[in-house]
Amino acid sequence: MKTLILIIVSAVFVNNFVLSRFLGICPFLGVSKRIKTAGGMSAAVIFVMTMASAATWLFYSHVLVRFHLEYLQTVTFILVIAALVQVVETVLLKMSPTLYRALGIYLPLITTNCAVLGVAVLNIQKQYNLIQTTVFGFGAAVGFGFAMMIFSGIRERMELCDTPVPLKGTAIGLVTAGLLSLAFMGFTGLVKQ
Amino acid sequence: MLTAVIALSALALVSSLLLAMVARAFAVPSNPKVEEIEGALPGANCGGCGLPGCGELARRIADGKADIDSCPVGGERVAQMIALIMGKSYAGGLVRKVAFILCGGDDQVAAKRFYYNGVRDCTSAAILFGGDKACQYGCMGLGTCEGVCPFDAMHMLPTGLPEVEPVKCTACGKCVAACPKHIIKLVPVDKRLHILCSSHDRGAKVRKICAVGCIGCTKCVKEGPEGAIAMQNNLAVVNYDFDIPDTVAAVCPMNTIRAISLDGSGDNAGVKAAAGGGV
Repeated sequence: MKTLILIIVSAVFVNNFVLSRFLGICPFLGVSKRIKTAGGMSAAVIFVMTMASAATWLFYSHVLVRFHLEYLQTVTFILVIAALVQVVETVLLKMSPTLYRALGIYLPLITTNCAVLGVAVLNIQKQYNLIQTTVFGFGAAVGFGFAMMIFSGIRERMELCDTPVPLKGTAIGLVTAGLLSLAFMGFTGLVKQ
Repeated sequence: MLTAVIALSALALVSSLLLAMVARAFAVPSNPKVEEIEGALPGANCGGCGLPGCGELARRIADGKADIDSCPVGGERVAQMIALIMGKSYAGGLVRKVAFILCGGDDQVAAKRFYYNGVRDCTSAAILFGGDKACQYGCMGLGTCEGVCPFDAMHMLPTGLPEVEPVKCTACGKCVAACPKHIIKLVPVDKRLHILCSSHDRGAKVRKICAVGCIGCTKCVKEGPEGAIAMQNNLAVVNYDFDIPDTVAAVCPMNTIRAISLDGSGDNAGVKAAAGGGV
């Protein structure tokens, strides 16, 4: 239990996927203009990353290890995650149209995102077991959502401010992301890992 | 090398088979009309209809939840195409809509709670305790709508309320979406009677903070044709499907209801004077 809590805290704050590991930068910059879209994206990321972690771990330990194909890890993980998201999307459309409409447009967008693949690869590298893997995937995604909400909140307010013309839009967004990342460096040392 | 190729092909085959099976098992019967309607719509996803995109509007129209002339950009031509798809008749004569601010509380008649000295933008002001106006539903008068109007149809008056130039307004809906108080509505240009208030506060509170707010006395509801004006949570709301005689405006004790000609077919001078320019 203690390890699991440590895994979550470490994934959310110390090794935040976006702000410390610099994974998942494109949705971080792309859909962070409004808090609402950022929320939808974060929910989709939490959904996919938790699922993908568990699925790729199972795939790795039951298929790749058995056939001694570990070197195919990266390529096969992309395939497995893509197929998984597609299947879930189809099922969701039938079973829960409301959830589909809330997550729908974001699901295909993050299928082949580096954050999703990153969490799958990290799980194997860290030699987690299934529960730890799922918790790490969930925690990493929550960290992503956390960064996303902060960033979109700042961006929404910043849009109203008098930004110098050459810095308007993405430029000031990148500067802000850098400062935010610096701020997150403050969490280093919170968890020794 | 060969093992890798075989393994990947096998994996691809298995996952595609799985996808095909799932797609068949969980197939959702979709309404073919939705796609046809979406094809007829402009496809700009501008949000002028008030929905997230053309796809959503197409779905609503196919379900009968939205009118066939809901797309303000496509206008009559698109409405006729959709009518054809839906098997409905479209009489034509789509009445042009214009943006209209449902608030009459300018700086002379509406109280303020504090002095706002922040960024000159309504969205920004609304984040701070819902704005400086004592009325939380009222126009804050910082001119965000004026800034987003691509047609120069919106101007801030010195009294602190924006004014729409009906001739220039194309009902694109940008100001409607930009207003953090949601008090700008698209209204048919040929209707004359409007209720210049969006406050759902109780009458006693409205009286204290605004001289022209709707106090929910329901006099206009009784005076107007059946169903033309309805009470919605302490606020009288005009149903623009009806033609309401100008005389109804006279019964309003707060002078909230005004007869205003948007298409330039009448005299507005008297109205403007009475409203302190707050139209």
